Amino acid sequence: MAVYKFKTPISEEEIRKLNVNDVLYVTGTMFTARDQAHKRALEYFKQGKPLPIDLEGLAVFHCGPIVKKKEDTWTIVAAGPTTSTRMEIFEDEFIRSFKVRVIIGKGGMGRRTTEAMAKCGAVYGAFTGGAAILAARAIKSVKSVEWLDLGMPEAMWILDVEEFGPLTVAIDSHGNNLFEDVQRKVEENKQRIYQKLGLSP
Amino acid sequence: MEILNIAEKVAFNLIKQAVIYLPEDVKQALRKAYAEETSAAGKTQLKAILDNIEFAEKYQAPMCQDTGTIIFYIKAGAKAKDLYKIEDALIRATRRATVEVPIRPNAVNPFTQKNSGDNTGKLIPWTNWKVVPGEDIEITVLPKGGGSENVCVMGMLVPGEGINGLKKFVVDAVLKAGAKPCPPNILGVGIGGGSDIAMKIAKKALLRPLNVSNPDPEIAKLEKEILEAVNMTGIGPMGLGGKTTVLGVNIDYAYRHPASYPAAVAFNCWAARRAAARISADGTVEYLTHKVDEVK
Ligand code: SF4
Repeated sequence: MAVYKFKTPISEEEIRKLNVNDVLYVTGTMFTARDQAHKRALEYFKQGKPLPIDLEGLAVFHCGPIVKKKEDTWTIVAAGPTTSTRMEIFEDEFIRSFKVRVIIGKGGMGRRTTEAMAKCGAVYGAFTGGAAILAARAIKSVKSVEWLDLGMPEAMWILDVEEFGPLTVAIDSHGNNLFEDVQRKVEENKQRIYQKLGLSP
Repeated sequence: MEILNIAEKVAFNLIKQAVIYLPEDVKQALRKAYAEETSAAGKTQLKAILDNIEFAEKYQAPMCQDTGTIIFYIKAGAKAKDLYKIEDALIRATRRATVEVPIRPNAVNPFTQKNSGDNTGKLIPWTNWKVVPGEDIEITVLPKGGGSENVCVMGMLVPGEGINGLKKFVVDAVLKAGAKPCPPNILGVGIGGGSDIAMKIAKKALLRPLNVSNPDPEIAKLEKEILEAVNMTGIGPMGLGGKTTVLGVNIDYAYRHPASYPAAVAFNCWAARRAAARISADGTVEYLTHKVDEVK
């Protein structure tokens, strides 16, 4: 297990150094995207329309933040991770299209995303569910907000972050997926548990 | 001061304490889990949780963005005056906490999907009443997070399978929940009574501190057995693998119908928030779960 601190834009070369179980902190630009923002970004890509910012080398955070506006500045009140599996249907194409390097969320992602990460060079960083204060502390400012018509949680919030983490690298760019490994082990353990408790499966 | 005002002030303080400060027994269990965890990823997650808890106290902010559905448990002394005013006080306290702590508005009309914006709505906050002898009023708040609520299960088990059926039911619930309820979790297990009663018992069991064991030694043994079993799953903190999936199992029960074996498992997440206080007849207040200097 190693600890890495990367600044955006993050290169493919840097990402390839990471292995599952490593700890990563990200400094620079991070943006939030949930289902709706993923969908719209991919539609724009297909139509050849430019996105509000270049996403290459950035970190995307699965998060619907609570944001307050005071005069002209937005401040993040709370920004915990949301469950990433909802984005599984978009993420492989998203990684291929935009070359984002770090996907941040909770609960992990599936095979399609894992394969896209291996092919294009990206990782999944698991952020502790509910750890809202840790997240908010690392977010220095809101750079801008795009697509606010999607609603506050679904909009794309572009954030300036400093050492955002700790992120457990749970999917690396070498095809490893910690959540799948744990799932496999849990399945094996199930029989041992039943046996210990004297239960029939 | 009038009971309406006292109860409002106390309930407000309780919500604030609960969402900012974890009870000492939960903190201790998390620290112990961190010390004993052998999985690298699990340890990273537990450390993040411990840091987050510390920052929440330092910055006087809720430890988790989901401050839950506000649930109260009231032990009302039969001789206490104006008990009918208590629920009104709890609603006012909840509204105030939404603005002043602040806590996230979490009360949504299930038909229109409209959020009331102040954590109140039909039957919410939910209040459980128990009438006890005396004049004191004891108020407990349980802000209950949604992620861990979504994996709670209730089942009508086969009476003939007895305790073995129960063990399997609890283990399967934990396996199915996986990473979803933000483990490490606390499990409340309720048995008997009826479908609704089992879940009520299960949820109330979440209020028992982790360092207080079941008064019935046989049940205490069962709690320990189930705790060890679910921690063999390897799900670990945040589902990233490790020894700590569950911090404690609290079982309680009611007698059952001969033909039924109702059982329920209520999950609480690492943000296992609760706070309680007692109001005496003369208006003095004693905070039971948190130190008074934590009441700001
Ligand atoms: S399950 Fe608990 S810790 Fe996780 S987000 Fe919900 S309330 Fe917070």
